[in-house]
Amino acid sequence: MAMEVTMMLLNAQAVDGTVRKHAEESLKQFQEQNLPSFLFSLSGELVNEEKPVDSRKLAGLILKNALDAKEQHRKFELVQRWLALDSAVKAQIKSCLLQTLSSPVHDARSTASQVVAKVAGIDLPHNQWPELIGALLSNLHQLPPHAKQATLETLGYLCEEVSPDVVDQDQVNKILTAVVQGMNSSEGNIDVRLAATRALYNALSFAQANFSNDMERDYIMRVVCEATLSPEVKIRQAAYECLVSISSTYYDKLAPYIQDIFNITAKAVKEDEEPVALQAIEFWSSICDEEIDIIEEYGGEFSGDSDIPCFYFIKQALPALVPLLLETLLKQEEDQDQDEGAWNLAMAGGTCLGLVARTVGDDIVPLVMPFIQENITKPEWRQREAATYAFGSILEGPSPDKLTSIVNVALNFMLSALMKDPNNHVKDTTAWTLGRIFEFLHGSTVDTPIITHANCQQIITVLLQSMKDAPNVAEKTCGALYFLAQGFEDVGSSSSPLTPFFQDIVQALLTVTHREDAGESRLRTAAYETLNEVVRCSSDETALMVMQLVPIIMTELHQTLELQKLSSDEREKQNELQGLLCGCLQVMIQKLGGSEPTKYVFMQYVDQMMGLFLRVFACRSATVHEEAMLAIGALAYAIGADFVKYMPEFYKYLEMGLQNFEEYQVCAITVGVVGDICRALEDKVLPYCDGIMTQLLKDLSSNQLHRSVKPPIFSCFGDISLAIGENFEKYLMYAMPMLQSAAELSVHASGADDEMAEYTNLLRNGILEAYSGIFQGFKNSPKTQLLMPFAPHILQFLDSLYMEKDMDDVVMKTAIGVLGDLADTLGSNAGPLIQQSVSSRDFLNECLSSDDHLIKESAEWAKSTISRAISV
Amino acid sequence: MAPPDPRRPFKRLPISDQQKRRELALLRQAQSRRDSQHHARCIASSVLSLQNREESQLEIEIEEAEPELSPKPSSSNSRDFDVLRSSKLRGPEVRQWFARQLMLPEWMVDVPPRLNSDWYVFARPAGKRCLLVSSNGTTVSRLRNGSILHHFPSALPNGARTKDISGPAHSFSILDCIFHEPDQTYYVIDMLCWRGYSLYDCSAEFRFFWLNSKLAETGACNPPSQYHRYRFTPVLIYECDHIGLHEAYTGAFPYTKDGLSFYNRHAHYQTGNTPLALVWKDENCSQYVLDTDNKGQVPAQQQVVLELQDDGKLTTSDDPRVVCGCLDSNFMQQSGLQSGSLLRFVVGEGGFRFVDGKLEMADIHYIGKTNRARAFADSYSKILFQYTARRSPLKIDDLVASISSCHSQEDGSPDVKMVL
Repeated sequence: MAMEVTMMLLNAQAVDGTVRKHAEESLKQFQEQNLPSFLFSLSGELVNEEKPVDSRKLAGLILKNALDAKEQHRKFELVQRWLALDSAVKAQIKSCLLQTLSSPVHDARSTASQVVAKVAGIDLPHNQWPELIGALLSNLHQLPPHAKQATLETLGYLCEEVSPDVVDQDQVNKILTAVVQGMNSSEGNIDVRLAATRALYNALSFAQANFSNDMERDYIMRVVCEATLSPEVKIRQAAYECLVSISSTYYDKLAPYIQDIFNITAKAVKEDEEPVALQAIEFWSSICDEEIDIIEEYGGEFSGDSDIPCFYFIKQALPALVPLLLETLLKQEEDQDQDEGAWNLAMAGGTCLGLVARTVGDDIVPLVMPFIQENITKPEWRQREAATYAFGSILEGPSPDKLTSIVNVALNFMLSALMKDPNNHVKDTTAWTLGRIFEFLHGSTVDTPIITHANCQQIITVLLQSMKDAPNVAEKTCGALYFLAQGFEDVGSSSSPLTPFFQDIVQALLTVTHREDAGESRLRTAAYETLNEVVRCSSDETALMVMQLVPIIMTELHQTLELQKLSSDEREKQNELQGLLCGCLQVMIQKLGGSEPTKYVFMQYVDQMMGLFLRVFACRSATVHEEAMLAIGALAYAIGADFVKYMPEFYKYLEMGLQNFEEYQVCAITVGVVGDICRALEDKVLPYCDGIMTQLLKDLSSNQLHRSVKPPIFSCFGDISLAIGENFEKYLMYAMPMLQSAAELSVHASGADDEMAEYTNLLRNGILEAYSGIFQGFKNSPKTQLLMPFAPHILQFLDSLYMEKDMDDVVMKTAIGVLGDLADTLGSNAGPLIQQSVSSRDFLNECLSSDDHLIKESAEWAKSTISRAISV
Repeated sequence: MAPPDPRRPFKRLPISDQQKRRELALLRQAQSRRDSQHHARCIASSVLSLQNREESQLEIEIEEAEPELSPKPSSSNSRDFDVLRSSKLRGPEVRQWFARQLMLPEWMVDVPPRLNSDWYVFARPAGKRCLLVSSNGTTVSRLRNGSILHHFPSALPNGARTKDISGPAHSFSILDCIFHEPDQTYYVIDMLCWRGYSLYDCSAEFRFFWLNSKLAETGACNPPSQYHRYRFTPVLIYECDHIGLHEAYTGAFPYTKDGLSFYNRHAHYQTGNTPLALVWKDENCSQYVLDTDNKGQVPAQQQVVLELQDDGKLTTSDDPRVVCGCLDSNFMQQSGLQSGSLLRFVVGEGGFRFVDGKLEMADIHYIGKTNRARAFADSYSKILFQYTARRSPLKIDDLVASISSCHSQEDGSPDVKMVL
């Protein structure tokens, strides 16, 4: 048997496809026939020093994959399967794994350390394998270096897999002690030090208590800072990675160390190898992130009870930090703008400079201006580019007051550089900087406009010309035009300065989309996105021109459908182009369908357009096109009840979209479109409701579907009921129990992290919107009594939400609305129930005195219906 | 161990346009859902009575084309709009329905207590009382009997086919107005719905506040223009103290006055007759203190209109009805009168006799049926006001005196302390 397993594992890596396939099948069969024996054999293979390294490695990998999976539902199954396994077998497997950690073969022990961590991830929260951490730590100092390295690695992986709350503080202390000792310069072996430093990175999240203790924190910080000076580059890099992590996790503990950290990071940025220097810059970017968050959250006002005070590290470091970052800007690589994966010192430094500007605002301007003035006209392209990039980087953060006069001078220079500079890199950055100028200093919120009727023509001329430049420059230019258009989005029905150039702009963008090289640098996408924004922000004056654009884009979409016999690569391109064109049509539908005068003219295209969307769907066999679905939602909203004529053909794609568990975005968008259709068709949607409801109920019961789609599905129940009224009766027996159990689950969000709390509130909102829709749907029907049995639970749900005190404003508004809807629809029959509920008194009063006018409005409504229900 | 990737977005647009489109679509859907929900709620509270009647007794004639209301029927109009749907009612149902939509003040036959603290007063413009609805790009005003007064574009929310991004096209606004012919102005005396938000269940205090702050925002108070055929003006509403009452009574207004209206500060907008809104007139502030006949003449004797019931009883329009007399069944058969008819009577020499504030006896004589356009009988308070106006009217001095006595009560009399 053992020999057989080795053969299978080796053959499964064979070059010969037939052999490989056969071996894979044998392994699968073995696994299905006898899982305990299969897993035990694998662990036996892994530990056996006489086996070839390749079979040992694969044995470990298969073990790992038998314990964990990316998909949540699959992961859950695997965990259950492991927990159910015979404990004697498990003990043997674990023993093999631990033994492998001392193997002289690196690949074997490295694989084993990952598997140990996976097992720990399952067992520790279930109070199994409690002796693990002790076993790993017990004889650490006596182990030979290779085993020590593997053990530290295991501890690192373990900290990554396990949540800090399942490891008690005593064990945390032991882990940290072992790890920090391993990092110490007294440790002679480099591999051990590196493994310890990487392990610390993962163990940091366990160190809350230790970071609160001055002595322990001082010690950890000293060891980390020392490691940044290690002769070994990988150790220095790993040590900086620890510092970056500390900067966000323990920002509030950094004050005593910040001066020293500045000194070592400055030295690293100037002198060290790039991977280390990049992490050193990242430390300061990360501090900026923290301070921006704090300042945004508290608006700069720190009272004694603010959670985390701002220490203004960046402001203090500013005079030294800015020159350091400016220096990095001169270290560009040739052709970095053509390389999507590029990330180098100049890019990291410029990005950090931008974050610093956002953190300190006006103060950065005088520190950067001399650098710009000195370099912007230099013959060396690196200097001109660095100066331009520095300028572009500081445009977000400082006040318009501080920047406007500078920008007014710079604008002409930039326009001229975009036309005349011989260097592609400089032009790329110049176009980007123009985009930043338009993004942050142009628009209805800026007092002194930098774009006037006087310079508008010149700007447009330059931009349209520059769209003919190299793809990377043209792409940035499209971005600049995007923000130029966005700045005029509020002009509404009055005159837009872009109106005289509208035709030229549209023409230029369409020309870009047809460029041979439009596939490079995202150029085609940028051109369509800019076209969308130009249309979105256009004024009424150009409505006719937007209307003329409709048949042009429809023709383009039609052409993509005529392509035959595509390779998979071509098919992907076709698919992408169809997405862009559908997106463009969606924007035009919303623009033209949104105002009465254009809507009627627009209607002439609707049949044809819908025909195209259906053909786009038909291009694919199993999935629906997300962009086409979005466009159809907009169409249904625009044309209302007339949409019914498309339903017979469209319905199957709607169903297909609702079945798309894998691409949950598609499913979510389709759920939204169901809502659009309900509102458009009202009771005419009835014939399709059986199918839609079946699909939605399936979606809700699926553990494969991403959870973010579930709240909108509940809301969709409300849309359906509101559309079909008492006909919702037949779905009550399915929908109500689902809502009820989801409601019970969603009441308690306490102890959850922010993300979970946010999700819980989304879920509550969906459930409540469903209830609202159902009540209002049944309003004035003779069947309102069917809802009576659900009233006690719903009122109880509202009461519990009120008691939990963790609703956000949106939920509060929806919840009090449901109370009103319940009273409105059930009337005096529910009077006694309502009077008993806390919601009808305390919750209602709280909402009535809310500052949020939407909550207040809903509360007023609820008050009126309750008083009617009680008084009758 | 996941090494941190220091890579940050570099020279990129902050969000992708696709994400933006997704978010905009979600925003639109959430907004439409709120609107539908809101719509359902508003309809529920404002058209409640209509729907009940639909089910019970009224026959409703639904016509596809409604020539008066929408000269250019369009696909978008298929969106249900129940207040407009009421326009599809026919004949007496229309009058009944619209009569039920307005709050009808009682006539002031005695001065309510706490006049100076709980009440507002305003000078009532002479003109046509109407219910005005703006929605879906048009504005329609209807008289109390349901007939259309004007169908026109206005600067009210969704009141004209102009680009109005401030709200969904089907959200509606409802105003209680008096149209004053001489200056072609709608004087707005109350606000019932605004941008789909129902104000029916709000106090008069809030409604007047809302009316005064919201109406001007829309430009509805501007002089007429292409998309705004008539000017709207909110009436000046005063606290009913000495100054307010004096202003309303003697002040000069751009319109012809027709008596004074009094609104209780706390009262919700209650359709039909209500004692929480009152009207009072004398010769100084109204040309029409005494009712005129259809020739415009004040008849020598008071006339009243009463509704004939199944059992021959003659009642007022109040709820509950007040019985003023009875016809015998022989007479009913002879003259072919059916229950529900509105009949006109003249008040004889005997007049009315009251016992403990209740009508005990009425000396009335049948004249004939009323004009078909009439929707309802006289209210009890109107009959009483007309009756006393011809004999011993309630004078302005009585109102002033009542305010003074309120004051003296509040200022003069010390609190009564409870002694244990």
